[in-house]
Amino acid sequence: MMEKMIFGRYIPGDSFVHRLDPRSKLLFVFAFIVIVFLANNTITYVLLLAFTIGVILLSRIRLYFLINGLKPVIFLMIFTFLIHILFTREGTVLIDWGFLKVYEEGLKQGIFISIRFLVLVFMTSVLTLTTSPISITDGVETLLGPFKKVKLPVHELALMMSISLRFIPTLMDETDKIMKAQMARGSDLSAGSLKDRLKAVVPLLVPLFVSAFKRAEDLATAMEVRGYRGGEGRTRYRQLKWDVSDTLAIASLVVMAVLLVYFRN
Amino acid sequence: MDIKLQQVSYAYAKGTPFEKYALFDVNVAITSGTYQAIIGHTGSGKSTILQHFNGLLKPSKGQVHIGDRIIEADKKAKELKPIRQKVGIVFQFPEHQLFEETVLKDIMFGPMNFGIPKEEAERRARELVQLVGLPEEVLEKSPFDLSGGQMRRVAIAGVLAMEPEVLVLDEPTAGLDPRGQKEIMDMFYTLHKERGLTTILVTHSMEDAARYADEIVIMHEGRSVMTGTPRELFNDTEALKQYRLELPRIVKFQRRIEKMLGIKLPKVCLTEEELAAEVALVVKGREQT
Repeated sequence: MMEKMIFGRYIPGDSFVHRLDPRSKLLFVFAFIVIVFLANNTITYVLLLAFTIGVILLSRIRLYFLINGLKPVIFLMIFTFLIHILFTREGTVLIDWGFLKVYEEGLKQGIFISIRFLVLVFMTSVLTLTTSPISITDGVETLLGPFKKVKLPVHELALMMSISLRFIPTLMDETDKIMKAQMARGSDLSAGSLKDRLKAVVPLLVPLFVSAFKRAEDLATAMEVRGYRGGEGRTRYRQLKWDVSDTLAIASLVVMAVLLVYFRN
Repeated sequence: MDIKLQQVSYAYAKGTPFEKYALFDVNVAITSGTYQAIIGHTGSGKSTILQHFNGLLKPSKGQVHIGDRIIEADKKAKELKPIRQKVGIVFQFPEHQLFEETVLKDIMFGPMNFGIPKEEAERRARELVQLVGLPEEVLEKSPFDLSGGQMRRVAIAGVLAMEPEVLVLDEPTAGLDPRGQKEIMDMFYTLHKERGLTTILVTHSMEDAARYADEIVIMHEGRSVMTGTPRELFNDTEALKQYRLELPRIVKFQRRIEKMLGIKLPKVCLTEEELAAEVALVVKGREQT
């Protein structure tokens, strides 16, 4: 069951997008999320879609992974699409079944919103699929660097983030093991009433918490033993390097933004 | 209960780009009442095979026969539960599965899941806690207040409480002190004999396999490569080397004695007692001549 969770997983590769600096990728995606909302007519949405497809092609990610990333939001997409189709009453009537009327404008809005979802999910998936969690954390830490001045514990936050990312697979393995052990003792997570199912979670959660706390304690000891004492004066093993390609990536986004502003209504 | 794996293959993450086969065409036949050891180097597929014995994993290809039930790729989860009462699995580090407030409740968890009445479950718990070598007082304690070795014993009692006909053991003594190891292995062996269990021991300890098993299967890179009695397999040093397995210490010792005395004992000895007896025979024979 755990092995099917692929959303947000890093797929190593050596494409243009893979090689970009995590900082530029993060900035790129955040800025992209903002400019998506500039689009408001056919031409701007087509531009967005084309731009996204371009990025996907550059990242050389197999479509499979992107489609998989879509699964958690597919319901939301369909739902908003239907809302727009059913409740927008502008433009010419396309279908008229008496109780149900679909207007041109409604269909258009529905499609626009779906494209918006699509490009947002695809773009963020490209980020997580092409950037290892550790580089994302590095990127976040450097980008947030300036906030150290206002006493934001940037290094600690980044450390927390990388530790939790590091332990997600471990905890998943652990869950899987405990689940199997309890199933072997006749516990049944997938049958019975809601109450039964909730009760069946206890034998899973208690051991999981116990081991997670134990792990945390062991990790803290191991770090202390090796002389860890916070981020002050700490040098880096992985140096981030801003390249021409990073500037190019950001520039392409600026061009995109200008185009969107120019063509929007 | 007879257990038979027929051409079982298993792939993790089947149907995704991460698909990876861990077992290839594995064939194992275990007759009811046998003490079967499955040995192999790390990553040989031992742990994957183990989860097929009670339907925790379903074969991607092939069939698993457990008694008169057959598990195949498209079997529904519901049909698997009755199998799990018949086949108890003691996982590696089973103490990680403890969760109840008291040891008593934890041991009763398994049997009660299978509809055993409360009184009967409690009776079993009281009996088993002594069998695994713990004082009865621990029943009222929280399992998390016990030492690691005691927790292990409680967890084992929790599996035994289901009174399975087949007992599957995955490195049951890993991380215990030598004395605890021997106690627990001996306890399993006594149970095996007394209750006529079918026992499957998954291990990388050649010593345990030599001492207790009737039959051994060697796993190597996801395939079952050799089957035989301990005496047959541990006589074939070359094959073992090929599968990156060691001889049991006692057999190595026998080889050294043979070299020093310039003799060849008539059989491979699997326990200290056996070796001592064989050597004594030789020595006595020499004294007489």
